[in-house]
Amino acid sequence: MEVAQVSVFLENRSGGLVEVVDVLARNAIDMKALSLADMADFGILRLIVDDPERTRVILKEAGFTVDKTRVVAVEVPDRPGGLGETLHALRRNGINVEYMYSAARRKGESAIIIFRFDEIGRALDALHGAGVTVLDRFDPL
Amino acid sequence: MSTWNDPANGFHPLSAADYLPRARLEEVQLQRLRSTVALAYARVEHFRSRMDERGLTPKDVQTPADLARLPFTVKADLRDTYPFGLLACPMEEVVRLHASSGTTGRPIVVAYTQADIEVWKEVMVRAFASFGVHRGDIIQNAYGYGLFTGGLGAHYGAEALGATVIPISGGNTERQIMVMQDFGATVICCTPSYFLHLVERAVEEKIDFSRMRVGVFGAEPWSEAMRQRIQDDTGVRGYDIYGLSEIIGPGVGAECVHQVGLHLYEDHFFPEIIDPASGAVLPDGSEGELVLTTLSKRAMPMIRYRTRDVTTLIAEPCACGRTLRRIKRIERRSDDMFIIRGVNVFPSQVETALLRVDGTLPHYAIVLTREKGLDDMEVQVEVTAEVFSDKMRALETLHRNLGQELERVLGIRATVTLVEPRTLARSEGKAKRVIDKRKI
Repeated sequence: MEVAQVSVFLENRSGGLVEVVDVLARNAIDMKALSLADMADFGILRLIVDDPERTRVILKEAGFTVDKTRVVAVEVPDRPGGLGETLHALRRNGINVEYMYSAARRKGESAIIIFRFDEIGRALDALHGAGVTVLDRFDPL
Repeated sequence: MSTWNDPANGFHPLSAADYLPRARLEEVQLQRLRSTVALAYARVEHFRSRMDERGLTPKDVQTPADLARLPFTVKADLRDTYPFGLLACPMEEVVRLHASSGTTGRPIVVAYTQADIEVWKEVMVRAFASFGVHRGDIIQNAYGYGLFTGGLGAHYGAEALGATVIPISGGNTERQIMVMQDFGATVICCTPSYFLHLVERAVEEKIDFSRMRVGVFGAEPWSEAMRQRIQDDTGVRGYDIYGLSEIIGPGVGAECVHQVGLHLYEDHFFPEIIDPASGAVLPDGSEGELVLTTLSKRAMPMIRYRTRDVTTLIAEPCACGRTLRRIKRIERRSDDMFIIRGVNVFPSQVETALLRVDGTLPHYAIVLTREKGLDDMEVQVEVTAEVFSDKMRALETLHRNLGQELERVLGIRATVTLVEPRTLARSEGKAKRVIDKRKI
C-alpha cells in the first residue's frame, strides 16, 4: 500500500548531509532508500527508513525541519521497458507523478521505485488495476 | 581670504547667507522660528493639539531655547496623517508633491509651495557652490527622478546655479558611461557606491572620464576611507550632501571644499542634538540624534523632527569662512533603519513582507553586503515545519513568493535564502535582525 517517507530540509552548505546521516547512525536507523533533490541554494533529502516516525522525531529534536509524507513503493521488472509499463498505466489514468526515485537493491529480478503522487488514492487504483505490484512493507533486501 | 569669492572655491551670490555673522544669523533664525511655530499652530491641527495638550501657545517660543518645550515630530506622525494631514496651506498653493517609503510600506507625502521650491533651489545652489561647482560645469544628475526628492532637488539647484544639467536619472550603466564620455560631464550626482560601479565599468571599457572633477554623493552612508579611495583612484573630489524629504530633500547640509563636516543651512533649518533615549537637548560637541525644525517652509512646516540620524554639531569656525555650524558625517542611526541603494528600509517592512507569504512569522535575518561597490540585501528565512514540503515545486514557489513580496513592499530587489532552522542566532530580548557586512 503506502510507505512513509521522511523528508529533511537542507541548506546547500558543506557538511549538511553528513550531519543528518550521523544523527541516523547514532540512533541505529537503517536507510532503505534515499534521494536528494537539490537547487542552487537548498535541497530536500527524502528518506525511506525502517522506523519513519521515530526518525522524524529524532531529526526534529536534532534541529532539522522534517516532514513525513506518504509515498508508494512499486516493484517493477528489472529489465528494459520495465518501468514504462507502470508509467503508461499512470498516464492512461491521467495521474501525475510529483517525483520518483529508485531504491538500491542487492539481488533479485525486480527494481523498487518510490513514487510521490498528489492523488495517492487514484494512483493506487490505477496501479492495482494494471496489475503492478505495490509493496505494503518496504524491504528491499 | 583672497579667494573667498572665487566660484571654483565655493562662491555664488546666494552663498552670501553662508557667511552671515552669527549674531545676524541668530536674529534671522529666531524671527523665522517664531513665524513657523505660529503658522504650524494656526494651520495644522496636529501641531496645535500637541501644543494645547501641554498648555503651550506660539507666544511661549520667545528664544531658540524655548523650542525644547515643544513636542517632537516623528515619521509615524507623517504616516498617521497620510497624505495631507500636515499641510499648512490650501492645496491650490501646493505646486509639488513628493513621497518616500514609510515603515509599513505606506509612503509619506511631502508638499511644497512655490516659495518652498525656491528655498530648496537656493540651498542646493549653495551646496553646489560649496563643492566648487559653478556655471560652465556639466552636471550628470544620476539621482532618481520622480517621487524621490533626490533627482528633482539636484536638478533645480543645478539649473539655478547656471550649470548645464543632464537629467539622466538613475540606472542604465551603459548610457551613464556613454554620457559621461560623450557629453564631457564634469560633475556627477549619485550614490557613492553607484559611482564606484560606474568607474569600474568605465575603466573596463577604457572610457575617458578625466574631465570629471566633482562627485556629489549622498542618499546612503559612506565613509572617509571610501572617499579617499574614490579621490585617489579617480581624481574626482567626492562631497557629502545631507537631506531628507520630511525637511525638504537634499540640501539640508553640505560639505565645503575642506571636507571637514557638513555645513547646515541654519537660516532655513534649525538643528538640535538630543539624547535619543531621554529626548534632552545636548550641547554642541555631543554626539546624539539630529532634530530639525524648518524655518522657511510654508506648505509643510516641521517642528522638531527626529531624523534618527546620529551625529555631532560642530560650532568651531571652518577654514572656508562659513559661519554655518557643521555636522559630522552621518554614520549610523538611532533606530534600526538602514539605507540600501538609496532606499530607506526598516526591518519591520521585511517582516510585513514575510508575513504576507505564509501567515507565520519565521525567524529571519537581513544581511547587507557590498560587492564591487554595489549594495546587496539578502534576507535569510528559516524554513519551519509549517512551510516545509517534500516537493521542490512548493519550496520554489515559497522562495519566489518571498522575493516578490519583499520587492513589492520595499521597492528594491532582495536575495532570499532559505536556511535551516538552527542557522540564525537566537538572542535574548531583541533579535539581531540586521547584519551589516558592508565596508563603508
